[in-house]
Amino acid sequence: MVWRRIARNLLDGPATEPPGTIPEATTRALAAQLDATAQPRLGRSLAIRHVDCGSCNGCELEIHALNNIVYDLERFGLHFVASPRHADVLLVTGPLSRNLREALDRTVEATPDPKFIIGMGDCAVDGGVFKGSYAVEGGIGAAVTVDLLIPGCPPTPTQILAGLRALLEANAAT
Amino acid sequence: MSGLAQNPASTIIRAGAAMDCQPWPRMLLRQEAWTVMAAALAREPGLALIALWADPTDIHALFVDEAAGAVLFASVPVQGGRYPALSPTRPGAAWYERMIADLWGHTAQGGTDGRAWLDHGRWPQVFPLATRPGPAGPAPEPPEFLPTDGQDLHQIPVGPIHAGIIEPGHFRFTAQGETIARLEIRLGYTHKGTLSLMRGKSPRVAARFAARLSGDSTVAHSLAFSHATEAALGVEIPMRAVMLRAVMAELERMANHLGDIGAICNDASFAFAFARFGFLREEILRASSFAFGHRLMMDCVIPGGIAADLAPGGAETIAQALASVEAELPALIRIYGNYASLVDRMATTGVIAPNLTAQFAAGGYVGRAAGRQVDARRFPSYPPYDAFPPTIPVLITSDVDARVRIRLAELTDSARLTQALLGAVAHGPISVTLPMGSGEGIGVAESFRGDAWHFVRLEGGLITANFMRDPSWAQWPLLEAAVEGNIVADFPLVNKSFNGSYSGVDL
Repeated sequence: MVWRRIARNLLDGPATEPPGTIPEATTRALAAQLDATAQPRLGRSLAIRHVDCGSCNGCELEIHALNNIVYDLERFGLHFVASPRHADVLLVTGPLSRNLREALDRTVEATPDPKFIIGMGDCAVDGGVFKGSYAVEGGIGAAVTVDLLIPGCPPTPTQILAGLRALLEANAAT
Repeated sequence: MSGLAQNPASTIIRAGAAMDCQPWPRMLLRQEAWTVMAAALAREPGLALIALWADPTDIHALFVDEAAGAVLFASVPVQGGRYPALSPTRPGAAWYERMIADLWGHTAQGGTDGRAWLDHGRWPQVFPLATRPGPAGPAPEPPEFLPTDGQDLHQIPVGPIHAGIIEPGHFRFTAQGETIARLEIRLGYTHKGTLSLMRGKSPRVAARFAARLSGDSTVAHSLAFSHATEAALGVEIPMRAVMLRAVMAELERMANHLGDIGAICNDASFAFAFARFGFLREEILRASSFAFGHRLMMDCVIPGGIAADLAPGGAETIAQALASVEAELPALIRIYGNYASLVDRMATTGVIAPNLTAQFAAGGYVGRAAGRQVDARRFPSYPPYDAFPPTIPVLITSDVDARVRIRLAELTDSARLTQALLGAVAHGPISVTLPMGSGEGIGVAESFRGDAWHFVRLEGGLITANFMRDPSWAQWPLLEAAVEGNIVADFPLVNKSFNGSYSGVDL
């Protein structure tokens, strides 16, 4: 069965979808931002480390979806790594629970410069529905300087991909 | 007296003062009676503790006696900040007692574990759910782990930030060479103060928090919360909403099973299954998005009904996705069983001792893979499953393989159920307006992971107290037991076969 399916895929072509377009405004804004900070070029490949700062796990499900064969993240030179020491990008989710603040600080410290920090999901933007709770800081901006926000509850894989690819393009353009 | 001899704890609970709560009365016990009941639980192993929580004045315990077909709900007033512990006779109570101490400040007298749980010393206050929260204490102390004593033992600290795309938690392994001698799990890193945010809000507003207790079970928790609210207010919802809620719940179950089975196989390096199961999961999510407007169907189930009707063509789109799953699933099940290198990793890995699954009242695939024929859709059951009964697969080997096979069987059954449900969806309204009433209610729904229970107390249309019990409360402690004697390298596989929710128990 395995081989039959693989043979069929060779004939029919992969399930992976064409990449689609990236919003030009996002690319331009990011390129300007990168120019301004004079980030050295990292090339057309980015290693991403995910950090969950108290999400409900909805965002994680959609990040996982990026690795399925339909979105196939790695074809863009984007891949997830197991350690912040290997990462160019921290993809941060959740409203930043106070119980995770120290771990986030240490992760940011362990990530080599130059690095990008992306806040993903409405919670990471400003705490989302959890804004105002005693247990959260209300968005990751309370702890780190954020380069890119991808809102949504949770953002769809297409939206996450658009954000990540915009970062990639902007990075290559500087 | 014969009842007392046979079922001593149940008899004591039934003799309490009945407080109004729907559909099961809340039996208020005096502390003396509660103390006797706590001890009597030792002689009534069939009475499973489902959840233990509090409000500023009382402690609440929810029990299920599966054999007797009874749900028992008991309360006891807190006196001088204390209440008699249940953990000496129900080990599953220990995490709840630690949670109650951290959130409400009530101490479980005689409890087996007095260490902090959700409170890591980082909040600006202590006892956030008490009537008057206290000021924060001094700087946080490092957590205390259980002592280990033995030759050649070493510790491996893992987390809170793990190496994968996963929620945060700390795993403290004590290993002897490659073999795990003990695992202790420390959670609380995703605590968001969800219960406190729900207080003072209307059920419709608070439903957004129930929907975000655990994103993977957003439909199930929205459903259990809605059931509790509708029970408290005595509201009947339209049949069309009942049916479409069940369609959403089954789609959620299938999406999670597909994603997790693929991921478990991937943890054993079987990329083919990961690719194909992941593809089918994506088909279900896209159909859900088309039919209900959101890939995870978040905020689609609301107290009073559903938020939006099935989109035109939604039923056909869902049917197409189901057809894809049904077309490929038999082959994938054969492949799963035929690859010896895969089965070798799955079989006899992460076995739970049978007495523990009963003691912790494990539901879902963790319970069913260990011989427990439990499913909230069958008991206590709720519409429309009385008319569309699920088939409940049961295995007894209680290893990673059994948990995967239970989920494979449930996938087939959910596809069948969803088709039957879709074919019987009635025309009519999709929601009713909730009255601004008062009352207490308990609601239950079977999530992909097991039985989710919600309690809600409403006064003048607003929530004054509530609790949300994710099935992970029973499953995390069992994971600690399941990995004992396994090699450290098999931990990811065993962990994924449980897939406990961090956010679900961190509240």
